[in-house]
Amino acid sequence: MTFALALEQLLNGVQLGFMLFLMAAGLTLVFGVMGLINLAHGSLYMVGAFACAAVAAATGSFWLGLAASLAFAAGAGALMEVTVIRRLYSRDHLEQVLATYALILIFSEGTRWLFGSFPLYLDIPPLLQGAVSLPGGAQYPLYRLAIIATGAAVAMGLYLLISRTRLGMRIRAGESDREMIAALGVDIRTLYTLVFALGAALAGLAGAMVGAIQSVQVGMGEPVLILAFVVIIIGGIGSIKGAFVGALTVGVVDTMGRFLLPQLLTFFVSPADAKPMGAAIASMLIYLVMAFILAVKPRGLFPAQA
Amino acid sequence: MKREVSINAAMALALLAVPIIALQMGQTFTITLATRIAILALAATGLNLALGLGGLVSFGHAAFFGIGGYAAGILSAHALSGEPMIFGFEGSQAMLTIWLVAAVIAGLVGLGIGAVSLRTSGVYFIMITLAFAQMIFYFAISWPAYGGEDGLSIAVRNKFPGLNTMRPMEFFLVAYGLLMLTLGLFGLIRSSRFGAALQAVRQNDVRVASIGIKPFPIRLTAFVLSAMITALAGALYADLNRFVSPSMFSWHMSGELIVLIILGGTGRLFGPLAGAALYVILEFVLGGITERWQFFLGLILLAVVLFARGGVMGLLAGKARHG
Repeated sequence: MTFALALEQLLNGVQLGFMLFLMAAGLTLVFGVMGLINLAHGSLYMVGAFACAAVAAATGSFWLGLAASLAFAAGAGALMEVTVIRRLYSRDHLEQVLATYALILIFSEGTRWLFGSFPLYLDIPPLLQGAVSLPGGAQYPLYRLAIIATGAAVAMGLYLLISRTRLGMRIRAGESDREMIAALGVDIRTLYTLVFALGAALAGLAGAMVGAIQSVQVGMGEPVLILAFVVIIIGGIGSIKGAFVGALTVGVVDTMGRFLLPQLLTFFVSPADAKPMGAAIASMLIYLVMAFILAVKPRGLFPAQA
Repeated sequence: MKREVSINAAMALALLAVPIIALQMGQTFTITLATRIAILALAATGLNLALGLGGLVSFGHAAFFGIGGYAAGILSAHALSGEPMIFGFEGSQAMLTIWLVAAVIAGLVGLGIGAVSLRTSGVYFIMITLAFAQMIFYFAISWPAYGGEDGLSIAVRNKFPGLNTMRPMEFFLVAYGLLMLTLGLFGLIRSSRFGAALQAVRQNDVRVASIGIKPFPIRLTAFVLSAMITALAGALYADLNRFVSPSMFSWHMSGELIVLIILGGTGRLFGPLAGAALYVILEFVLGGITERWQFFLGLILLAVVLFARGGVMGLLAGKARHG
């Protein structure tokens, strides 16, 4: 195990972390403000990826595709909120789970209907192709660094939006007391739709960016969705700061676990056994971390004031 | 209430009558559908104990369903190959032994998952149970000893004393019998002191605590019992398909179980059976019309949640007494 390889894996972990943050931010905002658990968030991620791949294939421009992914995911999110989600705020979590589960079926099968069962491919834009030399001599893909930078910029932007703007103030007010801000004359329905569309756009952006390094296919959102759930549980549901810390924790622990555990186990068992055993334990690692954190802090690292 | 009892009896009889008629007409596939309904209803009855009576929205019951399935698959694989398992145990093809093992293992795992998860509530509980099930799902995929991602075939259906389980009708009777026994048990639990406490905990755990009953052990007991019942269904399901794969652990399975309960009517004794029957029939009918059946299933589910609260049992037998 060389230093360069370890650094590369660490960066991969950070990249996964920022990706997860884009997903988790929307989930945690929607839960924090509206008290809604949205399983269909992964579908919005898929919508973003498909919009980007389709538009990029039609126009030949990744950047137009990226813009389309934001627009389509936000649009799909707003549509979802106005037609279905809005009716669920007053329901209990069980009904929210079921309704958004139904939405997943509709979105997945609908996408398969439109695009067929074969995965689409999305090329990395020419500007971001190539690699950068890391200290230690390894080459690291520029595109992945760009994902990290985008994630960091979005995190910063989201922080400024929530803490410095009027919209952010209303979102925070909506989190702590929705009747009160409605009484003060804020149009709470529009605010909810906006928050939902914002979360959807972030998920769509994540989907589009990941689409260029993996294949774009139906069902791609679900594994990410579940990781995003782990993220917001670790971070504390409703907290953007928690989502950020949780996302990076999950990204790095998961990636480094898969990289290090099989090697560590060679000290204890034969190399032939170490690989599958390491892989099996590594795939469970983040859930063990989550269980540990919850055992110590049942409401996550940064519990939002409820 | 009386009306619900007669509807329940009618459903129990219908589930028995349909395969008997199908057998006379030589329609084996209908018997398989009825068996599927009985097994899914059994799994959902397990979940109904935690979710319906206890208000514990577990989104991870696929874990127990899969454990049951793998118990059947692994034990029979060892019995066939003659390769001993741990402690020199040679595996088994006897359903009764398999059920025992499945229930005990699922109970122990349920105890572990429950002990951690029940420290939380609400959305945290939903997500943490989901996460634990995913953990087991990924373990099953990456653990190569029993087929890994490809799953494990069961060459011959496991055996039940006095019956030939390879005949669809006799296997159906096993599933049906177990379902009816479990529904009886569910009814007993619901009207017992424990059941009363469990439902009180769902309605208001602070009040229950204030009269001196600790909610945690009650919830944990319900969760473990629920896990054990769902595991039995998993073992039967593996025998029905003669195949187990990690998809039994997938979160779609957990979602499906919740869907069955809500379709049928949450907390109702025969809700899971009504839900499973409707679900399997819908799947069959829609699947015959279009290959996009999941799309329409989604629309129907959405309509049920938004407009038909109380599910099938709510429509047929009126509102539940408790609430």
